[in-house]
Amino acid sequence: MASVGIIDYGMGNLHSLGKALERVAGGTRVVTSYDPDVLLKCDRLVLPGVGGVRECMRELQRLELNQMVIEAARKKPMLGICLGMQVFLEWSDENGGVPALGLFPGKVTRFPDPPEDGGADRLKVPHMGWNRVHQTRAHPLWEGVPDDTWFYFVHSYHAEPACADHVLGSSDYTKTFACALARDNLVAVQFHPEKSQNAGMTLLANFVQWDP
Amino acid sequence: MLAKRIIPCLDIDRGRVVKGVKFEDVQDAGDPVEVARKYDAQGADELVFLDITASVDDRPTLFQTVEAVASQIYIPLTVGGGVRSCADVRALLSAGADKVSINTSAVENPDFVTEAGDRYGVQCIVVAIDAKRVNKKKEPPRWEVFTHGGRRATGLDAIEWAKTMVRKGAGELLVTSIDRDGTKSGYDNELLAAISASVSVPLIASGGVGDLEHLYQGLAAGGADAVLAASIFHQGTYTVGEAKKYLSDKGVRIRL
Repeated sequence: MASVGIIDYGMGNLHSLGKALERVAGGTRVVTSYDPDVLLKCDRLVLPGVGGVRECMRELQRLELNQMVIEAARKKPMLGICLGMQVFLEWSDENGGVPALGLFPGKVTRFPDPPEDGGADRLKVPHMGWNRVHQTRAHPLWEGVPDDTWFYFVHSYHAEPACADHVLGSSDYTKTFACALARDNLVAVQFHPEKSQNAGMTLLANFVQWDP
Repeated sequence: MLAKRIIPCLDIDRGRVVKGVKFEDVQDAGDPVEVARKYDAQGADELVFLDITASVDDRPTLFQTVEAVASQIYIPLTVGGGVRSCADVRALLSAGADKVSINTSAVENPDFVTEAGDRYGVQCIVVAIDAKRVNKKKEPPRWEVFTHGGRRATGLDAIEWAKTMVRKGAGELLVTSIDRDGTKSGYDNELLAAISASVSVPLIASGGVGDLEHLYQGLAAGGADAVLAASIFHQGTYTVGEAKKYLSDKGVRIRL
């Protein structure tokens, strides 16, 4: 039986992601685990994440999951979500600067803080709520998802990939930023498909069926 | 660009949705999963659950409710009411909440907000502020923070308190006007505008919605990033879809 593994390093809410994957999985088994051996047996993996990057990298290292992720990234379909996407890059400016997994060249940087006295209509940080996602190129992940569909975001930092070819989708908030990345068997999204209603379910279903 | 959010708020008592005026004359209004599903189908951008269960012994019922809703509804869910410790935050997030709302315990211990934000990420920490106008006539407006459902004065200035909470790590503020709550006369937009201009995080307007124009004014005059309402949706006066269409027709950026 095919399986999708959710990498559980103890941060944040995996409940809705697990339930959402189960709903779209069809015949695929959904496994949530922090055990590298269990996860390496899964056919595909999801790296979720909320919270700070320093704590995230520390927990991945403590549970010996960082090497597992790097190894799995060579061959398995893998999806990073939110902070899970951010740690796919080489470096994050958050928490004073933290080296990350380096699966995509580039770094993660903070949205500019709004001016203190700029009035009520200035853009606030975190970027929180529903925003449109522009598909910058075709990919199986976008199958059945119309261009400029609304997805749910919650984040203060965003990816700046070094390679423009890796950008799969973009969104606008204070500037245009990359909110979806892909290369080979890896995909990553800044928004939360598990919180983005029907469009999010479609995207997760596409990932479960993706055969890169 | 980011859309403004419409957020129905559900009061939960021992696992049931209830409606009542200021905690009095509380009536059963249904099963949380059914009510949540209805709002989801209508296009709600998020949901807020406020647990008003008096007894802490009934707390596990709330976790079951959150879990049942989060299993079936794939939009963000904020849960508040009686959140007093990091263990409470963790339990609610594990049950499937995406954010927790902290009110009284933030006043009692402001560092709790920092601790919870550091541990679980500021994006999931909402600080709820209940504010009441306290200036005399002809004085410039001034608002004070109240706790315990609006019964206990704190001596804290609401604008300064909002700034303090953001400094302490609140990722979002939910601001309720005690004067307007239940009156159906509209949000206190002066209060909202004063807070929105003073902080860098998103602001949810609450308290006083009676018609759709009130939602618009909360966004336009109050400068809120999201508008919360309870009775207009529960009583079926308007659907969430009607509210979104009204706002969209007025030029507000809305997810339709």
